[in-house]
Amino acid sequence: MANTQGTTGLLGWIDERFPLTKMMREHLTEYYAPKNFNFWYYFGSLALLVLVNQILTGIWLTMSYKPSAADAFASVEYIMRDVDWGWLIRYMHSTGASAFFIMVYLHMYRALLYGSYKKPRELIWIFGVLIFLCLMAEAFMGYLLPWGQMSYWGAQVIINLFSAIPGIGPDLAVWIRGDYVISDATLNRFFSLHVIALPLVLLGLVVAHILALHEVGSNNPDGVEIKKLKDDKGRPLDGIPFHPYYTVKDLLGVVVFLIFFSVVIFFMPEMGGYFLEHPNFDPADSLKTPPHIAPVWYFTPFYAMLRAVPSFAGTQVWGVLVMFAAIIVLFFLPWLDRSSVKSIRYRGFLFRLVLAAFVVSFLILGYLGALPTTPARTTLAQICTIVYFAFFFMLPILPWFEKTKPVPERVTEK
Amino acid sequence: MKRILIALAFLILPGLTLAAGGEGYPLLTAPIDLHNKASLQKGAKLFVNYCMGCHSLEHQRYNRMARDIGLTDEQVQQNLIFTGAKVGDLMKNAMPKADAKQWFGVIPPDLTLIARSRGVDYLYTYLLTYYEDASRPYGVNNAAFPNTGMPHVLWQLQGMQKPVFETHKDAEGNETKALKDFELTQPGSMSPPEFKEAMRDLVNFLAYVGEPIQLERQRIGIWVVLFLVLAFVVFYLLKKEYWKDVH
Repeated sequence: MANTQGTTGLLGWIDERFPLTKMMREHLTEYYAPKNFNFWYYFGSLALLVLVNQILTGIWLTMSYKPSAADAFASVEYIMRDVDWGWLIRYMHSTGASAFFIMVYLHMYRALLYGSYKKPRELIWIFGVLIFLCLMAEAFMGYLLPWGQMSYWGAQVIINLFSAIPGIGPDLAVWIRGDYVISDATLNRFFSLHVIALPLVLLGLVVAHILALHEVGSNNPDGVEIKKLKDDKGRPLDGIPFHPYYTVKDLLGVVVFLIFFSVVIFFMPEMGGYFLEHPNFDPADSLKTPPHIAPVWYFTPFYAMLRAVPSFAGTQVWGVLVMFAAIIVLFFLPWLDRSSVKSIRYRGFLFRLVLAAFVVSFLILGYLGALPTTPARTTLAQICTIVYFAFFFMLPILPWFEKTKPVPERVTEK
Repeated sequence: MKRILIALAFLILPGLTLAAGGEGYPLLTAPIDLHNKASLQKGAKLFVNYCMGCHSLEHQRYNRMARDIGLTDEQVQQNLIFTGAKVGDLMKNAMPKADAKQWFGVIPPDLTLIARSRGVDYLYTYLLTYYEDASRPYGVNNAAFPNTGMPHVLWQLQGMQKPVFETHKDAEGNETKALKDFELTQPGSMSPPEFKEAMRDLVNFLAYVGEPIQLERQRIGIWVVLFLVLAFVVFYLLKKEYWKDVH
C-alpha cells in the first residue's frame, strides 16, 4: 500500500508513522535554493559544522574534565597529556570556539551585503541575532572552565560590569557568581550552563533559524525573490534543489574550511596567543591580577566600546549600556533599513560607504580592545563607537539620498 | 581625599614598574630544538638537579618524559628520581608549600607550563641575566625579571657577573640608566659558552614539558592536511560533475 509520499517497504512503513520522506523533501531534495550563491554563502553551513564539532568534542572533554576550583586546571592538563587523543579533542574545541565566531561574523556580514534580513526574512535575522547572543554567553562561560589566569580575571571583569548597574548592581553580581568572588560555586554553575542550558537553547534557536529560512526561502546575491517566477511544475525558475547541488558544493567548502582549521589545530593551536591566551597557562590566582586583562579576540570590539565610554554622573553604567546596545540594535536592523533594494549590487554609493565605515570601525575596535588603553587609543575607540552606531542611524534616512540601480527580474550569472 | 590619592598611587605604582620592565632589557632568542634528544636529556638532568628542589612539574609524568626524550624507565629511575617516586608518578617535589611560603615569601611556581605562559625567550634571558646587586636580599638581581625573588641557583655553574649600565639623557635632561651588558667578575665551573648551551638545554626541556605532544601533532598534522588537499581535488571534481547541468 503506497502512502502520500509514494514510498513502500520499510520506508513506506516509517512514512505512514513519521514524516521522514516528507522532511527530506521539504528541507533537502525539494528545497529550492537560488542557483547564484557565491563565496559568502558557505558560512551558514560551516557555522553548523562547527556547532556539531563543539558539541561532539565537548561531550568527550566533559568525560575527563573536573568542574571544581581545586581540580579544573589540572584536569585540563590531564586531558592534554594522559587522555588518548585528549590534546586533539581539546584543541578542536578551543580552536572551534574561535572558528565559530569567525563563521558567524562572516555569515552576518553576508546578510548585511545582500539585505538578507529584509522582509520577509526578519524572523530569520532575529533568530540569528539571538544565536549570536547565546553564543557569546556560551563562549564566555566556557572560557572560565580551564581556570587559568585569564579565565578568572576575564570573568571577574565581565561580572563586575553588572555591579555598575545602580541600585541592584552589587547584589546582582553576587547572585551571578553565587559568591562574593569568582569561586568554586561560580565555576560549577558556569559549567552547568555551558554544557547543558545554553547548548539546548542554542540548538533550539538554530532549528528555528533554519525552519524560518526554509519557510520563506533563501535570499541571494542579487536580492531577487526566486519564488516570483516559477515553471509549470511550480518550481522556481532560478532555483535548484538543495540536495544534491548545494550539498556537494558545501562539502567542498567544508574541505577548504577543514584545511584551515587543521593548520591551526596541528601547527598553531595558540594562534599567537589569540585563540589560547598565554597568561591562561598560569592557574587562576585570586591574589595576583595580571598586568593586562584582555578578553579573547571575538569580544574585543565590544570591550573596546565599553572602555571608550567615560563614566558620567558618578556611575560607569553608561559603558555597559553602550556595549549591550551595540548588540541589541542589531535586532532592529530589518526595520531600520528602509531601502526597497536588498542587494549591495543594486544599492547606491552611499550605502557602500556607510557599510564600509561600519566594518572598518568594527575591525579597529576589535584591534583596540586587545590592547591596553592610552588617551589616543581611547579617542580612536570613541570615534569608532560613534561610527558603529551611526550606521544604524544612517540606514533609515539613506533612501532619501541614495541613487539605486534597477533590480533585474531574474538572478544574474557570475 | 588625600588618603584616596595615596591609595591610588600605590595601586598604580606596580603597574608603572611592570611597564618599565617591559621596555627594559631586550629578550634574547632561545635557540631551542625539540628534535635534539641529547639537549633535552641534558636539560632534564639540569632541571632535576638544580630546579626541582623548589619547582615541581606536577602535570608531567616521569615515564612520559622518559619515552619522549629517549630514555628508558630504568635510566630515569636510577638517575633522575631522587625521591621515593615511582616512574609513573607526576614530577612533584617534596617541599611543603607552607614552608616554601615562609622561606621565599611566595610559593615557587610549578613550571610545567611556564614555557607556554612566558615564552622560551623570556626563560632563556631570565636564566642568563642574573647579576650582582648588593641591595637585594640574595645579593643578585635579574634583567628579565627585575627584583626577582629567586636566588641565583646556578651561580656555581655560571659564576658571578656585574652589570654594565648605559646612561641616557632624555629631552628634558633627565638621566636614566639602562642595562647594557654584563662582565664576569668570578668564573664558574662552566665557561660562558658552555653555560649558554646548558641554559639552552634547560629551556629546551621546559619547552618540551610545556606541551609534550608538539612534535607528534606536527607530524600527524602534515598527513591530515595532505589528506584534505587530496580530498579537495575529489570533492572539486564531484561538485563540477553535479553542476554541469546548472545554467
